Amino acid sequence: MSKNLFAVAGLFNTPDEIIKASKAVNKQYKKFDVNTPYPVHGMDSAMGLKSSKLGYFALAFGLTGMLIALSLMTWVTTKEYPLVIGGKPFFSLPAFIPITFELTVLLASIGTVLSMIFIFFKLPNNSHPIHDTNYMKSVSNDKYGIYVLAEDDNFDAEKVKALFASLGAADISEILYNEDDLEEDVQVYQHFKIFDKKFVVGLLSIVVVVSGLAYYMLNKLFYMAPYNWMMTQSKVIPQAPVSDNFADGFPMRNPVEGTVAKGFMPYEYKGKPEEAEKNLINPSEVTPENLALGKIKFDIYCSPCHGYFGKGDSRLNGQFPNPPSLHSEKARNFKDGRIFHIITDGQNNVMPGYYKQLSRDDRWAVVNYVRVLQRSLNAKEEDLK
Amino acid sequence: MSSKIEYTKQPIPANWTKIGMILTVLGLALVGASFAMDSTRATFNSILGMMFIISIGLGALFTIGIEYLAGAVWSTPYRRVAEILASVVLIVPIFAIPGLIKMHDVFHWSHAEALQDAILKNKSAYLNTTFFIVRMVAVFIIWIVFYFIFTKNSEKQDITKDQKLTKRNIKFSALFMPLFAISLTIMAVDWMMSLEPHWFSTIYGVYYFAGTFLTGLSFITIIAISLNERGLLVKGLGEDHYYSLGAMMFAFVNFWAYIAFSQYLLIWYANLPEETYWFINRYEGSWAYVSYGLVFVHFVIPYIILLPQPAKKDPKRLKLAAFILIFAHIYDLYWLIMPTYTKQHGIEGMVFSFYEIAFPVLIIGVVMVWFGIMSKNKNLVPIGDPKLQQAIDFHL
Ligand code: HEC
Repeated sequence: MSKNLFAVAGLFNTPDEIIKASKAVNKQYKKFDVNTPYPVHGMDSAMGLKSSKLGYFALAFGLTGMLIALSLMTWVTTKEYPLVIGGKPFFSLPAFIPITFELTVLLASIGTVLSMIFIFFKLPNNSHPIHDTNYMKSVSNDKYGIYVLAEDDNFDAEKVKALFASLGAADISEILYNEDDLEEDVQVYQHFKIFDKKFVVGLLSIVVVVSGLAYYMLNKLFYMAPYNWMMTQSKVIPQAPVSDNFADGFPMRNPVEGTVAKGFMPYEYKGKPEEAEKNLINPSEVTPENLALGKIKFDIYCSPCHGYFGKGDSRLNGQFPNPPSLHSEKARNFKDGRIFHIITDGQNNVMPGYYKQLSRDDRWAVVNYVRVLQRSLNAKEEDLK
Repeated sequence: MSSKIEYTKQPIPANWTKIGMILTVLGLALVGASFAMDSTRATFNSILGMMFIISIGLGALFTIGIEYLAGAVWSTPYRRVAEILASVVLIVPIFAIPGLIKMHDVFHWSHAEALQDAILKNKSAYLNTTFFIVRMVAVFIIWIVFYFIFTKNSEKQDITKDQKLTKRNIKFSALFMPLFAISLTIMAVDWMMSLEPHWFSTIYGVYYFAGTFLTGLSFITIIAISLNERGLLVKGLGEDHYYSLGAMMFAFVNFWAYIAFSQYLLIWYANLPEETYWFINRYEGSWAYVSYGLVFVHFVIPYIILLPQPAKKDPKRLKLAAFILIFAHIYDLYWLIMPTYTKQHGIEGMVFSFYEIAFPVLIIGVVMVWFGIMSKNKNLVPIGDPKLQQAIDFHL
């Protein structure tokens, strides 16, 4: 293990001295650094440092955060899951601003800290020759230190020492490093070994301790039983003989008399075909779409008994009384309301009602289609014109 | 490191007073013309003018108080500039006169029939002519008294170098702060918010304060930097000492945006008709452009100028930002006051002509002349202040 010279370091007692020293060093050398226990005002200009580039990272990360927040919220509220909130338009910029601000600040600060640690401080590069030296111990306590790297073009150990001495340094020392600590083919100044044994062990033990503590605290120390009221609330249990919701053992109440289900209209001409014929007016409009609907429904629900053309040629082979033809004079003279009534209520306890299968609109469409069938065999005069 | 404070009293540049005179004469002519042609519109503008000159004087007075209270060191070399500027509070009452004379033309609540309005009737315990004037007088007295206390103590220190005077001023500024907050809110509510007496916003005083402080700070920045560039302030002041002025301006540009947006967001979200109509008035017709413009003039542009760290040290950019912020405050007051005028007189959209320029021109002129008069027999730096040496030694 051979030791090489890394730098020559000088320690000073007061901030004024270190500022004077760095001004003097800055005149002759380029590669040097200053260590102080706290930030010393005026140091940047004394060292001839240019202003840090870190601000641009902050700006870039901040703008990224802003963009993410704005585009995410715009996409969610206008495309993916539009919800009306307080009658505001889907794209409501004022409502987005607080979150945009939060994300801008969040990303800017996290991004700045991370880029500082990884790019400027070169993590995970954790070993440096000035670690574990007396110099380091002093500058992290009560002294102000400066060191000039052996790499510097003008470097001459004796001259640097003389310079420090002339500036009134309290202590002058050499900082050495091991050849082994150096990564291959790289500059001394830049890279030292990344995985120091102590560092890795330290890091691992921190991981173990922190996650162990977190597990213990969340799962044992502060454990709270989750709410279980969904298990114990009163409810209907399938197959159970009685429910304890109500005294009579029923789980639910009957609707109040006269309650009408949503979207349902009670039929007021049950068993009163004449009245239905007189009062019901066909509300539907005869259009190709409407007739197509009527044909579909007729073919499904009526044709098994009445035949596809309403001639009464049932496909049921006598299992059910054959209906009369829909082309009879009587049937042709039925008003729309009467046919609607027959579909809804059935006829003579022979033909059943179809109100459960066919909605109101469906029924009127079938009525219209029956009219089409009737006029296909018995056209009216006007049809021939 | 410490050296003796090197300061010799020199008069401020002579052409400042000259320019101030020209602006004053020009402003007076415009003001006279506007009162002759449309006295109601001129009165609305006189309120704009009064609120603007209050911002200059009171903003400066506030910086003095806050420096003592916070024990700030960076602002000590500029404190005398702030003190001279704060003397503007002595002439503020003059600008209240048109508003008082033509009260019934601008303050709807001051009419006798306003009492038939249930809401105004309930507010009449506060909004009545007598109490209005009592409050105004009390507020002026508070400002003037504290102006004299602060400056007398500070000027005496130039000669005696007595540290006890600093201590005394610290105590007075602790007393001043709550009075400042209340008096500023009273003036903002009485003279601007009550122009539309049905409307209310609990953050109104804070909103006006943000503009006030920025205006005071901007005037101090411009004057202090210009004096220092001519070597009229103490030796050793430079970019490092400008930095905090810039940082403070930057902070309060954000503060203004924060307050303005909070007020807007809450009213926009709650969507209550009795609150939203105030913003709708400022959103109708060409007023909408003025509203959008406000965001840029008062926030976006100064924010971008002041964002980079070097800008906060660069005297050129600092002065530019300060000029923009002073303009922004006038713009802001115009946006607060004039839509009421157009609404009340059935004018569609915004109005802008020499009426709106008259008072700002007059006031800037008056303030320049006044600054020349008040600075005559005074040092431009508080040379007796114990913190001054520390402030000069400051480095970034
Ligand atoms: C289960 C077989 C069956 C089906 C399905 C059926 N009907 Fe009928 N329909 C009958 C019978 C049977 C009669 C005769 C009832 C009677 O004796 O009055 C009849 C009578 C009628 C009549 C009266 C004819 C007349 O002259 O009195 C009309 C109109 C009618 N059906 C229309 C329809 C329509 C429209 C459909 C489809 C929604 C339909 N039926 C579905 C069996 C059926």
